[in-house]
Amino acid sequence: MVILFAVFLLTLLALTAVAIVRTENLFVAVMLTGIFSLLMAANFFVLDAADVALTEAAVGAGISTVLFLGALALTAEHERSVVSGRWLSMGIVVVTTLILIYATFDKPRLGDPRAPVHQHVAPWYLDQTPELIGIPNVVTAVLGSFRGYDTLGEVFVVVTACIGVLFILGVRRGGYSPSPDGDRLTTAGSGLRHHLIPKVVGRLLIPFIVLFGLYVLFHGEYGPGGGFQAGAIIATGIILYALLDGEAQALKAVPRPVLMGMVVGGATLYGAVGVAGIALGGSFLDYSVLADDPVKGQQLGILIIEVGVGLAVCGSLLSIFHAFAARGRH
Amino acid sequence: MELFGLYNYWVFAIVLMTGFYAVIAKGNFIKRLIGLSIFQSAVFLLYITMGKVDGGTAPIIQEGVTDQVYSNPLPQVLILTAIVVGISTLALGLAIVVRIKESYGTIEEHEVQSLDRSS
Repeated sequence: MVILFAVFLLTLLALTAVAIVRTENLFVAVMLTGIFSLLMAANFFVLDAADVALTEAAVGAGISTVLFLGALALTAEHERSVVSGRWLSMGIVVVTTLILIYATFDKPRLGDPRAPVHQHVAPWYLDQTPELIGIPNVVTAVLGSFRGYDTLGEVFVVVTACIGVLFILGVRRGGYSPSPDGDRLTTAGSGLRHHLIPKVVGRLLIPFIVLFGLYVLFHGEYGPGGGFQAGAIIATGIILYALLDGEAQALKAVPRPVLMGMVVGGATLYGAVGVAGIALGGSFLDYSVLADDPVKGQQLGILIIEVGVGLAVCGSLLSIFHAFAARGRH
Repeated sequence: MELFGLYNYWVFAIVLMTGFYAVIAKGNFIKRLIGLSIFQSAVFLLYITMGKVDGGTAPIIQEGVTDQVYSNPLPQVLILTAIVVGISTLALGLAIVVRIKESYGTIEEHEVQSLDRSS
C-alpha cells in the first residue's frame, strides 16, 4: 500500500517537473514549483525523513515561492521561446537520462539494509546517540553535535548569501524608514489589507505559525524539528504578515536593525558556544564540558546552537525578503 | 516489487535531467534558476532514497523499544542543511537577475548578449 502511494507521488513529481519546464508563463511555473516542493516533502516523509520533509515544506513551498514571485514582479512574467539548439539539448538530456537509468541497475534496491551507505558510520550514530547525547532525535544529535562543524559552515553560508543579496539589491536605496508619502503606496505597499478573507484568515493563522515555529525549535531534540525548520517557519509567518498588512507594518514589528542583529547574533552565538568549549578545557564545539555532566552539557550545547541557527536563518530569510520588497517600491 | 525498488532512482534521473534541460535549453534567467532548483531537489531525493531502510522509521529513538529499525540519519542531516543553503543561494541568484533586468531591461540571455555586442 505504502509502495503504491510512493509510486503515485513520485510519478506526480516527475510530471510536475516536466510541466514546470514546458510552460512559458513564469507565474505558472512558480506556482507549480510550490506544488513540486510539497510533493517532494511528501516523498521525504514516505522515505522516513521527517525532519527533511518539514524543512522542504517550509522552505520550498513557502519561502522560495515568495522569493520567486518577488523576483517576477521586478522582472518579467513571460519568457520568450528560444528556437535554436532545442533538439540538441533534448538529445543530450534524453541520452544522459538513459545512461543514468542504466546505471541504477547496479544500485542496491530501495530499503536494502545491506547497502554500503548503511555500513559505515550511521549505525554508530544510532547506537551511541542515547548514551553520548541522551536525546531521542538522532538527526538533531548528528546535526548539532557529531557534525557541528558542518552545520556551523552551513550557517555561515546562509549568512554570507544574505549579505550578498543585501549588497546586490542595496538596502539603502529601498529606504530605511517607511516613506513619508506612505498613503501613495500601491497595493504592493498596503498588502492585501482590502481583501477581507485573506486578512481575517491570515490574522488568525499568523500567531499559530509563529507558535508552531517556536515549538519546532525547542522540541527539536525530541521530535522532528530544529533551528533550520524553526527559522524558516517563523520567517514564513512574518512574511505572511507582510503580504497581508504591507511591508512597512512588518518592518515596524521586526525592524531592520533587529533583523541584522538576528543574522549576526545567531551566527556569533553558534561560534561562541564553540569557543566556550575551548575556554572550559575541551575542544572547539565540544559541548561535554559546558555542564558538570557530559550528557547534560551536550543537551545544553545543542539547544543553544539550535537557537543560534534559528535566529540566523530567520533573520537572513526575512532580510532577503525585505530586500526584494523594498526594491519593488522604486 | 523488485522493480519498484529502483523506481525512486528512475524518477531521480528524470527529474534531474528535466531540471538540466531548463538550464541548458532555456534563455530566460529565472527559468534557468527554476531548473537549477529542480536539479538540486532531484539530488536531495537521491540522498534521502539511499537512507531508507526496509521496515524502518524516522530516526527518533523510542524509549523502551529495542527491536525497531531506524532509517539512516546521516543523509537526512546533509540534505536538511542543504535545503536551507539552497534557498539562500537561490535568493542570491534572483538578486543578480533583478540587477540584470535593471541594467539591460531584459532577462533573456540572447538579448543581453546582443546588447553587450552592440555596445
